[in-house]
Amino acid sequence: MLDQMQTPAAQPLLQAIGITKLYGTFVANDHIDLDLHPAQIHALLGENGAGKSTFVKIAYGLIQPNAGELRWLGHKTVLAGPAQARALGIGMVFQHFSLFENLTVAENIALGLPPDESFAKVSAGIAEISRRYGLPLEPRRDVWRLSVGERQRIEIVRALMQNPRLLILDEPTSVLTPQEADQLFVVLESLKAEGRAILYISHKLDEVKRLCDTATILRGGKKVATCEPRRETAASLARMMVGSEIGEVKSGAAGQGAAARLVVRDLSLVPDDPHGIRLDRICLDVRGGEILGIAGVAGNGQDELFAALSGERLADSDGNIVIDGHAAGRLSITKRRRLGAAFVPEERLGHATAPRMTLSDNALLTGHAVGMTHDGFIDRAAALNVVDRATKTFDIRKAKRDPEAVSLSGGNLQKFVVGREILREPGVLVVSQPTWGVDAGAAAVIRQALIDLAVRGAAVLVISQDLDELLEIADRIAVVFTGRLSPAIDSKAADREHLGLLMGGSTAQPQELGHAVGA
Amino acid sequence: MGLLEAIILSVIAASTPLLLAASGELLVERAGVLNLGVEGMMIMGAACGFAAAYLTESTLLGTLAGILAGMLMAAAFAALTLGLAVNQVATGLALTIFGLGLSGLIGAGFVGQKITPAPELFIPVLTDLPFIGRILFGQDAFVYASIVLVAGIWWFLYSTRPGLVLRAIGDNHGSAHALGYPVLWLRTLAVLFGGACAGLAGAYLSLAYTPFFIAGMTAGRGWIALALVVFASWRPGRLAAGAYLFGAVTILQLHAQGAGLGIPPQLMSSLPYLATIIVLVIISRVRGAAGSAAPASLGLAFVPDR
Amino acid sequence: MRLVLEPRAERSVAAAIASPLIAVGLTLLVMSVLFALLGKNPLNALAVYFLHPLTDSYSLQETAVKATPLVMIAIGLSLCYLANVWNIGAEGQFVIGAIAGSYIAVKTQGTDAGAWVLPAMLLLGAVAGALYALLPAIGKVRFGASEILTSLMLVYVADLLLDYLVRGPWRDPHGYNFPTTAEFDPVAIVPTLIEGSRLHIGALIALLVVAIAWTVLGRTIKGFEIRVVGAAPKAARFAGFNSDHLVLLTFAVSGALAGLAGIIEVAGPVGHLQPGFSPGYGFTAIIVAFLGRLNPIGILIAGLFLALTFIGGEQAQISLKVPLDLTKVFQGILLFFVLACDSLILYRIRVLTSRRATDGTA
Repeated sequence: MLDQMQTPAAQPLLQAIGITKLYGTFVANDHIDLDLHPAQIHALLGENGAGKSTFVKIAYGLIQPNAGELRWLGHKTVLAGPAQARALGIGMVFQHFSLFENLTVAENIALGLPPDESFAKVSAGIAEISRRYGLPLEPRRDVWRLSVGERQRIEIVRALMQNPRLLILDEPTSVLTPQEADQLFVVLESLKAEGRAILYISHKLDEVKRLCDTATILRGGKKVATCEPRRETAASLARMMVGSEIGEVKSGAAGQGAAARLVVRDLSLVPDDPHGIRLDRICLDVRGGEILGIAGVAGNGQDELFAALSGERLADSDGNIVIDGHAAGRLSITKRRRLGAAFVPEERLGHATAPRMTLSDNALLTGHAVGMTHDGFIDRAAALNVVDRATKTFDIRKAKRDPEAVSLSGGNLQKFVVGREILREPGVLVVSQPTWGVDAGAAAVIRQALIDLAVRGAAVLVISQDLDELLEIADRIAVVFTGRLSPAIDSKAADREHLGLLMGGSTAQPQELGHAVGA
Repeated sequence: MGLLEAIILSVIAASTPLLLAASGELLVERAGVLNLGVEGMMIMGAACGFAAAYLTESTLLGTLAGILAGMLMAAAFAALTLGLAVNQVATGLALTIFGLGLSGLIGAGFVGQKITPAPELFIPVLTDLPFIGRILFGQDAFVYASIVLVAGIWWFLYSTRPGLVLRAIGDNHGSAHALGYPVLWLRTLAVLFGGACAGLAGAYLSLAYTPFFIAGMTAGRGWIALALVVFASWRPGRLAAGAYLFGAVTILQLHAQGAGLGIPPQLMSSLPYLATIIVLVIISRVRGAAGSAAPASLGLAFVPDR
Repeated sequence: MRLVLEPRAERSVAAAIASPLIAVGLTLLVMSVLFALLGKNPLNALAVYFLHPLTDSYSLQETAVKATPLVMIAIGLSLCYLANVWNIGAEGQFVIGAIAGSYIAVKTQGTDAGAWVLPAMLLLGAVAGALYALLPAIGKVRFGASEILTSLMLVYVADLLLDYLVRGPWRDPHGYNFPTTAEFDPVAIVPTLIEGSRLHIGALIALLVVAIAWTVLGRTIKGFEIRVVGAAPKAARFAGFNSDHLVLLTFAVSGALAGLAGIIEVAGPVGHLQPGFSPGYGFTAIIVAFLGRLNPIGILIAGLFLALTFIGGEQAQISLKVPLDLTKVFQGILLFFVLACDSLILYRIRVLTSRRATDGTA
């Protein structure tokens, strides 16, 4: 059935030539060239924001490039949409599944296929593909009962049923256990043996080395290298991924000998959401006057960690989290604020703020715990005062004195969200993704504000996907990977390769790299 | 005719409007839309159906008028909730209040008038069979229509492709949209269908059940139909069972009142409503652990991203 | 070619003010058409409905009398709706409050009870209404059962309970078998404000409720919690607000207000307990709440406006022979238009040509 796929290995199946994509002035993809050959597994490596998702959406016809072209079997092609991509023979398995929980496996797959096939034929097709590639699926089971790994199989079978010549997978193992990942690799090897091409997006270096024949590495929207992963070391791959520019190092008054103001001991947490990550005995401590950075690619437990630290999810025991000497693991978020802690979540609109409420109302959101109220009455003046002070201190640009949160630009809203907490002079500040999606000017203001807060003696914990940022502002850095936290290392002495390895899940010891690492 | 036979016949009659209205609403909710206006659509079907039947002396035209009335009401609902993304709960309530008022207005001139009730089926030999004859072969068209309707919806939802798409939309309208299905258009069709069923149920009340019209004659049946959909966990088979169960409760408590058991008649009359509450609580609790049975997009407005 | 909804960056203040006015305007337009279809002169009919009641003091007082329960119940409902929970059973809570308060009146009938009777009735009415409303609230919080359906079912139960009581144990023995309690003793009657009129202190209580609601919603933390829980549940959690507690609280307060309105209505304008003493205030109050855009002052105005239409409807029935049902029609249409126009506050409506955008989606 795949006889026609025996094209000579010389001719690529899909060629991307000079693919460029702009969003306003932001360059998501910058003249990317990439060749995909049949019977090859080609990795697309890079950190978050490197441009992998954008490129892949272009390859699948979801978005159009501003410049450059795609060639399929040598012929120039314009993909008007995913349907056309599928017709050509390109299939895609997304990172976030679009499944229907209350329908069966077979029904889910049928919905992704054209309606001409009878249901019986679809079911037979599922059974056939299931069997051939070792992707066990019970067609009549409801999806909500399935594990995440099984759900992914649905997506894969759905894509395979249209007999794709090129299969794109976006971070497929990010939701799988190691055993499920092994099973997936077996499947991918079979597909490759049949002559199909596979484009495999990942940030996990060990996997890429194990599985992939070729790798293209993106950084900052540009292609920085194409290589054979098996010939490289994890270290060299990491270096290519995170680059070798060094950000300016700040001189922080890292409190040597100051007391630990935030201590986390053996924090384990089962996630609410089936797609979530389980936290596994997290231990960390942050001293007064220092900034501890937690690095890691998104989706490795950062959300769960933030929820546990803030009190939106309670820990198993009070002693798991200690704030300024008080056992706080089972205290509510309001009580933690009264202990002098402050929090800034990742999602500006909807979580950190109520989008359709004014800034003063949003100041009240976190400020009510420690003031801004008299006997249950709101002190409107105090709330507005916070808005005014934040506006002045952090140079927040807005259309009027007290607008709705949703009307501010990303950078300005983020300055407000961080500013309202800092103005309270908290003893402990936990902030997640402080400058995600924020323009460079606002980002600089926010980072400086965090540094200044630490200098004044607070303990600051920064969770961030931006390694440059952490190297710039953090005193020590730990890395979170699938719910586990590495020991923290001194950022001045840390090197990017090592951190990149940890972010990719490698357990290579520092000594093996031949670099000296500070304690 | 024996007492048992009489009771069964009256249970069937009492259950039919519930089954008709609830079946339509089941389809609507399966598509993810919550239409609380069933009571309003039903009473409009009763009023318009009766008026048309009286004026044209044709039960068929009356029935069609009732169906049309329900559909027009449903169209207004769709325009607001699907076209303008207005809150579905508020709009459904508005529809009910409006329907109760307008039906009173339309029906005012016809109160006290009589029409010939809808004819009952008569098949020689079969209908004359003892006991089962009238029960199975002597019903009016509405009863048979209600059975066909619920069976048809069952078949549509589980054995056809469009039915599958509808269920998918109700489960996750974002994913359905991403796969290219026309969410709002299909929801509109479902809502209109639901309106037709509710109108038909109302027409049954004024054309067959009690062949006359009085204001407010639906007496909350539309609300019970809504509760039945929840009780049935949105499944047609269970819906039919539930409709007949509630019909039975209604009839039996009437008989119990007459039997002089010393229980206050109002308590007996409240049984259907109390039963609804208890059932809702139990069903929700049982499902809680395993995941809700309700279509996940139920009641949520869908505004496609541009 | 199709219409598309585009979310606005900021809520449009102009639309917020214009919306209810446009809605009223459109409603009047449709009503004119309906009047014409009924064979009445539209302008004359509109005048009878809306203007004439304003011209004599009796009608004005009656408007206030009718507005009292509407406003009180609607204020309570607005608390629930702001928190995004749907109390549809206010009518039942209204009736239960009337029943509970009447219990004291009936039991102290003919005895020489003191002035404590009326306050006790009012208090019991409010408490009973609150407890009755907690039933659907607990159903929702504890069991996840739809509060819309449970609160609504309880309306029928309350009506049946009322029917039972006034036909049975509480029936006036000297009442010629009519289903009603005896007239309440003077000590159990809500005092009137003006000698000889029906306007009673309930109106003042309603105004007080409006003032308190305005203060609580606009000025207190509790009011803030209610608004945030309804507007942004995740942010509410981040703020440390407990949404389950708020569901219970808003339902309890809403039930208390409805129950209080119920006993005031029975112990005031009506004077005894009988079935059907409520012309559906609990449901009309829902319209009042929306028309007033869930804002206490707005609800006060909307309540007076809708009460006006009740009076106008009664007058139109007498002088124009227009059926009373027209008022319900008007209210339903008004709510439709209010909801439709409100959409403009959050969305802009655009007409799109059929060329689909294929890029630009991040």
